[in-house]
Amino acid sequence: MSQSAALSASPPIRRAGAASPGDRIFSLIAHGAGLFVLVLLGAIIVSLFIGGLPALRAFGLPFLWDSDWDPVQQVFGAAVPIYGTIVTSVIALIIAVPLAFGIAFWLTELAPAWLRRPVGTAIELLAAVPSIIYGMWGFFMIVPFMASWIQPPVIDAVGDIPVLSTLFAGPPFGTGILTAAIILAVMIIPFVAATMRDVFLTVPPVFKESAYGVGCTTWEVMRSIVLPYTRVSVVGGIMLGLGRALGETMAVTFVIGNTNRISASLFGPGNTIASLVALEFPESQAGSLKLSSLLALGFILFVISFIVLAISRLLLRPRSGS
Amino acid sequence: MSTTMNDSSERPAGAKAADGAPAPARIAINDLDFFYGSHKALTNINLAFPTRQVTGMIGPSGCGKSTLLRVLNRMYDLYPGQRATGQVMMDGVNIISPDIDLNQLRSRIGMVFQKPTPFPMTIYDNIAFGVKLHERLSKSAMDERVEWSLTRAALWGEVKDRLNGSAMGLSGGQQQRLCIARTIAVRPEVILLDEPTSALDPISTLKIEELIDELKRDFTIAIVTHNMQQAARCADQVAFFYLGEMVEAGSATQMFTTPRERRTQEYITGRFG
Amino acid sequence: MSATLAAGPARDARVADQLSRRRRRASNMVKLLCLVATGIGLAFLALILATLLWLGVSGLSLTVFTRPTLPPGSGGGLLNAIVGSLIQTALGTAIGTPIGLMVGTYLSEYARGSTLGNVVRFVSDVLLSAPSILIGLFVYEVAVQPMGGFTGLAGSLALAVIVIPIVVRTTEDMLALIPVSLREAAVALGAPKWKSIVFVCYRAALDGIATGVLLAIARVAGETAPLLFTSLGNLNWSVSLGQPMASLPVTIYQYAGSAFDDWVQLAWVGALLITFGVLALNIVARVVLRKRT
Repeated sequence: MSQSAALSASPPIRRAGAASPGDRIFSLIAHGAGLFVLVLLGAIIVSLFIGGLPALRAFGLPFLWDSDWDPVQQVFGAAVPIYGTIVTSVIALIIAVPLAFGIAFWLTELAPAWLRRPVGTAIELLAAVPSIIYGMWGFFMIVPFMASWIQPPVIDAVGDIPVLSTLFAGPPFGTGILTAAIILAVMIIPFVAATMRDVFLTVPPVFKESAYGVGCTTWEVMRSIVLPYTRVSVVGGIMLGLGRALGETMAVTFVIGNTNRISASLFGPGNTIASLVALEFPESQAGSLKLSSLLALGFILFVISFIVLAISRLLLRPRSGS
Repeated sequence: MSTTMNDSSERPAGAKAADGAPAPARIAINDLDFFYGSHKALTNINLAFPTRQVTGMIGPSGCGKSTLLRVLNRMYDLYPGQRATGQVMMDGVNIISPDIDLNQLRSRIGMVFQKPTPFPMTIYDNIAFGVKLHERLSKSAMDERVEWSLTRAALWGEVKDRLNGSAMGLSGGQQQRLCIARTIAVRPEVILLDEPTSALDPISTLKIEELIDELKRDFTIAIVTHNMQQAARCADQVAFFYLGEMVEAGSATQMFTTPRERRTQEYITGRFG
Repeated sequence: MSATLAAGPARDARVADQLSRRRRRASNMVKLLCLVATGIGLAFLALILATLLWLGVSGLSLTVFTRPTLPPGSGGGLLNAIVGSLIQTALGTAIGTPIGLMVGTYLSEYARGSTLGNVVRFVSDVLLSAPSILIGLFVYEVAVQPMGGFTGLAGSLALAVIVIPIVVRTTEDMLALIPVSLREAAVALGAPKWKSIVFVCYRAALDGIATGVLLAIARVAGETAPLLFTSLGNLNWSVSLGQPMASLPVTIYQYAGSAFDDWVQLAWVGALLITFGVLALNIVARVVLRKRT
């Protein structure tokens, strides 16, 4: 009890400024870090733009739709890689979205409780596999598979049917736009599925219960209650997948065939912005027009992905008030 | 609804202490108003906390008693939009004025919360955390302080062999006594208890109540409680709050036997709340 | 029609039966398709892992870990790639984590509901999914060109930029989970805000924040594209941050596309190592996180 004597001997109440120096410094660091993120984004945009400026100056706006990519003539246009980027990503989405929806639906409503966590984790692990592994695996496994089991029979089957015969034409090399899209689809399935699962779980159980209560089947509950309720976020999840697909590099580089030509056939080779940059960059001199064109492509890719990801973020924002 | 009861707020703060033991006021609240944004949560509060006595604050949920407690250690400063006007005098200083050193103020007015709030560290470090904020002690002095505060909080015997174990492993009642020990280790003059037993079982509650009785020899205590029996058992002075106003305050005996206000009467006999 | 309605309970049993059967059939069909979709997803994971094991394990030997990359046919290993990956991943994480931690702290403790905070959160989330190859181009522009060459340091910087938004996300989420009462308890003892954040909130969120860092490590350890233009890769032994530096993913990229069987074999071994390393980190991170919930 010796210390209790000291209790009454405390100093008078001090008047002081609002924050201690430690608080001021820490707050300064935290605010600085927050601003740093904004500066970082700005720096990425500006550096890509400045790097691409010589090319944009040399070719002007037609850079966007010029399909030439000729290092010998020093003529560069962005049409082929932009086309390849968009087409591979869109086909990847067409393949991935139904599968991702099925997985998300199964994980939230259908799976036995004891399977939900392990299967959910396995799907998430699919997202953790590095993209170079997808590229390598695609190159050594999917490409030969496409070349011997998919492309020849499809090419035979479509025969002379108009449109289809153009869409699925060409020598069955196994590589090409469709193969790249399939690999991309496998890569984005886990992202889209995980996002969909998370938003499906936000539906208040009482909504679903009331629908079951009037005799709805599981699918009817999903279609008329869960999907309408989560519509906006589901689209946000799909956009997130699209954003991933647009900028994916290594997986595509291995399998797309790397040709700077727009081919009408999905079996034909092509290029995406990311794969073109990855492939051509090592062969570009610092300060060359080619390097500048690649940076300009990077700038275009950044703008496209930024828009897609921004829309995705806005759609995925939690509902206000919940 | 609240038109009939306002005579108590007209009375000067000192009058209340005169009802019970004539102890000097450690903290005196004069004409305090409190706002959450534009909503007025406390109106014209006048109350004195006599030195080394227990003041119990009772009233139905949302009546403002917890808000008043959070004014005393300026907890409301954490949240933008909350503000107090009036006077809360301690040692001749208005502690709600903006230029007060809050950290030092809080070292003199400690607080224990409704739910136990052990920090995610060892039992020893939980106690030492608060002490280190305000004092530089040698290892042995710190050991002594830890033992002293845990002893005062009636926890030493139960934890002395596992001071380096995690505080999260203690039972709810032990965690709450640890929080009391952590608060008194800083050696405050006033301790604020915000429904300290509402999350605890009856046996732990009894221990904490015994502890409060023991602690008032050294500390001025303000306790918010929902439990009328607890107020009757622990408090020397009791203040009854209703709808953001203080209806009346007086010695515990007087409040529970002969309350002046009908509203107090109705509340303590369980007519509402 | 109104007549049927008035009849109430006497519904046409045959129609009801037909409808119900059709509805149930549709539902069962969808359930089956969902099961198939999940099966396809799992099959891809299994196929990838099986391929890696099948083609990678046979090439595993001690020399992979003891010898650096050598010309084809001379029995090289992956030592410099492994060491380079470790160095760049470690340095990238070391640079990115404190920044990400402070941004997360800013968002959770200083910018709740503020417009600037919302903008920072939004930008950080966009960076989280931004194409990593562009991070590589960016670092090339701001670090490689001015410094006059590809360096391990530039590679680390590119990885750091990728680490930041991952750590931001988990730090903010984990700090948001800490009950208000814990912060108030620290403040009530007279702790200044920064001490209550550093010594109480960080402590309480430690395993969650550690999870974020583990996930960030797992993510950047397998990154290839941002290193192509920054640390470039190096077939010779070098641990200097001022020189081009090898890394496992870039070496895999170089070897897998080569025409030499022993290089392709080494690429599979590298792929096996990096994949199982990354998946193990992910699983550890999940176990750490699960322990708290």
